[in-house]
Amino acid sequence: MKKPVLKIGALVAVLLLLTGTLGGVFAQDGETVTILYWQAVSNMNPYLSGGTKEIDAASLVLEPLARYDETATMIPWLAVEIPTVENGGISEDLMSITWKLKEGLLWSDGTPVTSADAVFTWTYCTTEETGCAQVANWTDVTNVEAVDDLTVKVSFGVPKPFPYGPFVGSTSPLIQKAQFEACVGVAAQGCTEQNFGPIGTGPYVVEEFRANDVVTYTANPNYREEGKPFFQRVILKGGGDAESAARAVLETGEADYAWNLQVLPQVLASMEAAGIGTIMNVTSSAVERIHINQTNPDPALGDARSVWAEDGSNAHPFLTNPAVYQALSMAIDRQVIAEQVYGPGGVPTCNLVAQPPIYASSANDSCLQQDMEGAKALLDEAGIVDTDGDGVRELNGVPLRILYQTSTNAVRQANQALVKQWWDELGVETELRNIDAGVFFGGDPASPDTYGKFYADVEMFTNTFDGTDPESYMAQQQCSEVSGPDNNWLGNNVSRWCNAAYDELFAQLSQTVGLEARAEIVKQLNDMYVQGGGIIPLINRADVSARANSLEGVRMNAWDAELWNIADWTRAQ
Amino acid sequence: MATTTKVSALPLDYKATQKPRTLWGDAWRRFRKHLLAMLGSTALIIIMLGITFGPLIWTLDPTYIDIVDSFSGMTAEHPFGTDNLGRDTLARVLYGGRVSLAIGVVAMLIGILIGTLVGLLAGYFKFLDSPLMRLTDMFLSLPLLPLLLVITLLFRDSLRVTFGPELGIFILTVIVIGCLGWMPTARLVRGEVLSMKEREFVVAARSLGAPDFRIVRNHILPNVLSPVIVSATFSIASAIITESALSFLGLGFPPDFPTWGRLLFDGKDFLTLTPALVLWPGLMISLTVLCVNFIGDGLRDALDPRITK
Amino acid sequence: MGQYLLRRVLIAIPTLLVISFVIFAILDLSPSDPVGNLPLTIPAEVREKIRETLGANDPFLVKYVKWLNQFLISEPLNVIEKITGTKFPGSEERLRYLSWQTRSPIIDLILERLPQTLWVVGTAYMFAIIIAIPIGVISAYKPYSIFDQVGTFLAMIGFSVPTFFTGLIFIIIFSVNLKWFPSIYDTTHRVTDIESFWVQMRQIFMPVAVLTLFFTAQLSRFTRSAMLDNLNQDYIRTARSKGLSERRVVIRHALRNSLIPVVTLVALGIPQIFQGALITEQIFRVNGLGQLLITAVQGGDLPMVQALTFIFAVLIVVFNVIADILYALVDPRIAYH
Repeated sequence: MKKPVLKIGALVAVLLLLTGTLGGVFAQDGETVTILYWQAVSNMNPYLSGGTKEIDAASLVLEPLARYDETATMIPWLAVEIPTVENGGISEDLMSITWKLKEGLLWSDGTPVTSADAVFTWTYCTTEETGCAQVANWTDVTNVEAVDDLTVKVSFGVPKPFPYGPFVGSTSPLIQKAQFEACVGVAAQGCTEQNFGPIGTGPYVVEEFRANDVVTYTANPNYREEGKPFFQRVILKGGGDAESAARAVLETGEADYAWNLQVLPQVLASMEAAGIGTIMNVTSSAVERIHINQTNPDPALGDARSVWAEDGSNAHPFLTNPAVYQALSMAIDRQVIAEQVYGPGGVPTCNLVAQPPIYASSANDSCLQQDMEGAKALLDEAGIVDTDGDGVRELNGVPLRILYQTSTNAVRQANQALVKQWWDELGVETELRNIDAGVFFGGDPASPDTYGKFYADVEMFTNTFDGTDPESYMAQQQCSEVSGPDNNWLGNNVSRWCNAAYDELFAQLSQTVGLEARAEIVKQLNDMYVQGGGIIPLINRADVSARANSLEGVRMNAWDAELWNIADWTRAQ
Repeated sequence: MATTTKVSALPLDYKATQKPRTLWGDAWRRFRKHLLAMLGSTALIIIMLGITFGPLIWTLDPTYIDIVDSFSGMTAEHPFGTDNLGRDTLARVLYGGRVSLAIGVVAMLIGILIGTLVGLLAGYFKFLDSPLMRLTDMFLSLPLLPLLLVITLLFRDSLRVTFGPELGIFILTVIVIGCLGWMPTARLVRGEVLSMKEREFVVAARSLGAPDFRIVRNHILPNVLSPVIVSATFSIASAIITESALSFLGLGFPPDFPTWGRLLFDGKDFLTLTPALVLWPGLMISLTVLCVNFIGDGLRDALDPRITK
Repeated sequence: MGQYLLRRVLIAIPTLLVISFVIFAILDLSPSDPVGNLPLTIPAEVREKIRETLGANDPFLVKYVKWLNQFLISEPLNVIEKITGTKFPGSEERLRYLSWQTRSPIIDLILERLPQTLWVVGTAYMFAIIIAIPIGVISAYKPYSIFDQVGTFLAMIGFSVPTFFTGLIFIIIFSVNLKWFPSIYDTTHRVTDIESFWVQMRQIFMPVAVLTLFFTAQLSRFTRSAMLDNLNQDYIRTARSKGLSERRVVIRHALRNSLIPVVTLVALGIPQIFQGALITEQIFRVNGLGQLLITAVQGGDLPMVQALTFIFAVLIVVFNVIADILYALVDPRIAYH
C-alpha cells in the first residue's frame, strides 16, 4: 500500500504548483472592469426582453435621446436639449413633441445616426407581431416622423401632459435601422445575430455574447466623447446567487461591481467589514406591500373563488371591514422589518407612492409606529373578539384565519415570519405560503398560484414604476383593471379594490398639466387607496449594489439603467 | 462408560438448555456483537427519544420570534443560540428532527419497497424485464422540477383540506421523494438478481421444482439485501436533503416550519456570523446518516451467514 | 448476443417516443410561464402578446407534432451542419428551434454550454471513479480496519453534507481567506498553452473537488458492499485453497464479479454528467447545462426545458443499453435469449 502515499504526494505537488501563481482569474486592472449580475442576461435587445438585467446590459450599447440621472432629473443624452412647452419643443396643445439629435453622432459601425433610425425604432416596437415588451412607452402615439435628418416629431392622439414616454430612459433606446430592417414583426424572434449584438451609440460594443452566461464588451472606437470610456473591456458575468456576488466584490475582490444584492443586512455588513468594497444604496420608487383580497378566496366557492362581483356579493368575509384592515396595519412594526430584514436598503412607508418625494403623502404616517394595543382595542370596539376561546377572533362567527402568500426569497420569508407573529398576537391566525417566483409572477391562467389569481387572503410583493411619473402606476387601481377570469386574471388591480370616486379623480389626473397640481392629485389617490384598505404598505425599498473600493466614478441610478454612466468609471491608481 | 454418557447426554442436554436456533435469532446475536452497529443503534435511539420527548422538556416555541435576542451565542437561555429573527435553535432542531427523520425513513421505505419489487420482478421474470426496465428509464428521465410543480399544483389543495396543511404536505413530500427515488435501487436489484439467477443453488432449487415465490424469498432476496441496505442508508440522507430543496422551491412545508434540511439551508448564509446555526442541524443530519449506515453494516453482516467475525 | 443487442436497440425507439410524449405532456401542464420573470411594470396586454408571439397558446397536439418533427428531423441536421460546416439542401428554410428566453436556437446554446460541463462534471466523475474503486476494494478486503472506518466516516460526511454547503466552505477557505482559487468560473477562458492550462486547472479546482467528494462517497460505498459480498463467496475460498496468490484472487476473481453492480452504477451515472450539477454549477457560476436547465425552468422557457429533458432521456436510454451490454461482457453467465 505504498502507492496511495505516492499519489497523495503527487497531488500535493500539483496543488503547490497551482497555487504558485496567486491572484484571481479576473484581475483588477485598468483595462477591464468585471460586473456581476446574479440573474444572467438572456438577450441584448431591450425591446424583446423586458427584464431589468437585459435592459441594463443593453444600456452600455444602446442609448435613448434623454435619460434620468441619479437625482431623477431628466438630462439630454443623444438629443441637444429636453423639449418643453417653453422652448417650443412641445406644441401648445400638448399633441406633439419634437426632438433634435446632436450633430455628428455615429453608430459604432461608423455610419451616421439619423432621425430615420428613430422612426424605425417606433415602427419596430409598435408592429404587433414583434412582441415588443416596451409597447407601453408608445401609448397614444399616432405618428413618428422625420422632419429633417436630425429632427424627430412624435404626435399623440390625445393631449399628453407628460410626453416623455418615447425615446426617454433605458426602456426606449434607438436601434439602428440598417441592422434591424429585416427583423420587424414575426422575423424579430429569429434575428439571433442582431438581438445578441445590437449596433449602438454607447461607450461599448458587444464582443461576445453568451446567453444566460457572460457578455464581453470592448470600447466603442466611434464613441462621441474623446478619451472615454476609461476601461477597454467590460465583462458582465451572470449566474450564481446574490450572496456569492456580494462576496466576490466585498471579500475576494474577484469582481468590481455586483448588482441587486437582495441579501439579509447582517450578512452584507459582515462582508463589507473586509474593507475592499463598498455597499451602495439608492432610493427607488419600489414599495413592498401586502395586498388585501377584497373578494372571497374560499376553495369551496369553486369557479367563483376570488372573482369580484360588482354588487359586492362575493366580498371577503372580514378583510373589507375597516377595523380589520386598520388593525392589521397597526399591528406591524415596520421599523423592525426595515432594520432586521432590509437593513440600510429599506425605509418604512405608509404609502403606495413613496418616491419621488414630491408625490409622497404624509396623511398616513401614523402607521410608522407600531400600535399593538390600539389595534387590539380597535377590534374589541368593533365587536371582533374571540368568543370561543381558541385565541382567534371572530367576525359574525367567521374566525379571522388568513393565508398569506408571497414569492420564494429569503428576505420575503423573514418578513413573512415577523408579520405572522404580530398578527397571531393580535388574534388573527396566519398561515404562510411561498411560491416560486417564476410561477407566482407568471401569467398562466391555468395555474392557481399566480399573484393575479390571488387564491389567498393576502399576498406580498413589490411594485414600482418606470421613470418618475406615476400616472400609469395610479391607473392600476381603477375598477376597470380588476383582475378576474374575463381578462385571464391579468388585470393590474390584484386587490380587486374598486371605488368610483378614485376612478373619477384619476380621469382628472390624466388631463392635468403642471407638476404641483399632478402631485396633489396623486397624493389624494394614494390616500384613498391606502385608507380604503387596498394594500398595507410596508417598506420603500432601495436598490442595493456593491462596488470595489478601487472603482471610481460610479453614480448608481434607480431611475434609469443602473450602469448608465459607465463611460465615466475609472480605476483608482 | 464415557462414550455412553456422551451419546445419551447430548440430545437430552441440547433439548433442555437451548432454544431452537432461527435465522433471525442468529442474526440478532451476531448483530449484538457488532460494536459499531450497537453504537449506531444506541445513538439513533437517543436521537429519536430526544426529538420525541425533547420538546416536552424544552418548551420554547420554535417559531417564536424575539427580535431583540437575534444572533444570540450559546447561552443558558439558548444553549444552541438563536437565528436572525431570534428564534431558538435548540427548539427548532428538536422540532425539525421529528419531521426530517419521519420524512427520511418513510420516503426511504417507499423507495426501497418499490425499487426492490420492481428489480426482483424484472430480474427474475424475463417477460417482465423489458417493460419494467423501460418504465424505470422513463422515471429516470422525467424532469424533476417541472414534475414537482405539476404534482404540487394538482394535489396540494385536496390534501390540505383532507389532512390539514402540515400532514398534507408531509404525505405529498414523502410520496414524491419516494416515488422519484426508487429507480437506482431497482436497477441494482435487477442486476444482482440476474447474476444470482444463474448461480448453482438457484438452478438447483429450480430443478428440484421449487415454486418461484419460494426461490425468490429463500434464495434470492437474502442475497440482494446488501446492495439494498447500502441504497437505503443513502436514501435516508438524500430524502432529508431533498426535502430542504423542496421547501426552498416553495413546494414543501410553510417557510416558517423547521426541518433539518431547511435549517441548514437558511443557516448557511450566516456561516461566518454565527456558525452554530449550521453546525447543529448539519451535525444532526450527519450523525443520523452515520448511525443508519452503521446499523445497515451490522444488519448486512448479521444476515449473511458466511461472514464470520 | 448480436440479436439481443439488436432487439435491445429496437425496443429503445418506441420507449423514447413514449418518454417524449410523457415529458411533453407534463411540461405542458406545468404552471411556469415565459413572462413570469418580466417586471410588473409591463402591462398585462403586452404580456399576453408576448405569449402569443412565442406560440405558447397553440393547442397541445399541434405543439407536440411540431415539436417532434423539429426535434427528430430538423435539429439533427442543424447540428451536423454546425459541426461539419456543410450545407444540406433546404438549410435556409429549415426552422431553428428557438428558446423563449433568449430568442436564439436551442441547439447552439446547448453546444455552447457543453464544454464547461464536461470539464467540471466529467473531471469530477473521472476522479471519483479513480478514487472510489480502490477505496472500496481496500475497505472490503480488510473490513472494519482503521482504513475502512475512516473511509466509511468520510463517505458518510461526503454524502450527508449537501454540495451547497461544501461549496460555500471551500469558497470561504480557498477564495476568501487563502485567495488560492477563484470562486467565479470564466467560461470564455480558452486553453491554448501550458500557462492557460494551469489557469483552467485552478478555476475548475473547487467545483471539481466538491463534486468529487460527493460522487466518491456514493461510489466507494457501493464498491465496498459489492466486494464484501464476493469475498465471502465459495468460489473465492476455492480459489484461495487452490493456492492462487492473494493478489490474483482479489483482482481476477472478487473484483471482476464485484464490478457488476458497480458498472451499472457508473454507466447509469454518466448521463448525470451531461445533465450537469445544478447546485455546484450555480455556486461557482460555471454556467453549464445544469444552470441552463435551472434558468429555463425558472424563466418558464418551455422549449429549452423540453429539449434538455429529452436529450437527457435519450442519454439515459442509451446508457442503459450500454450497461446491459457491459453486464453481458463482465458476467458471461447471464444468458441472453
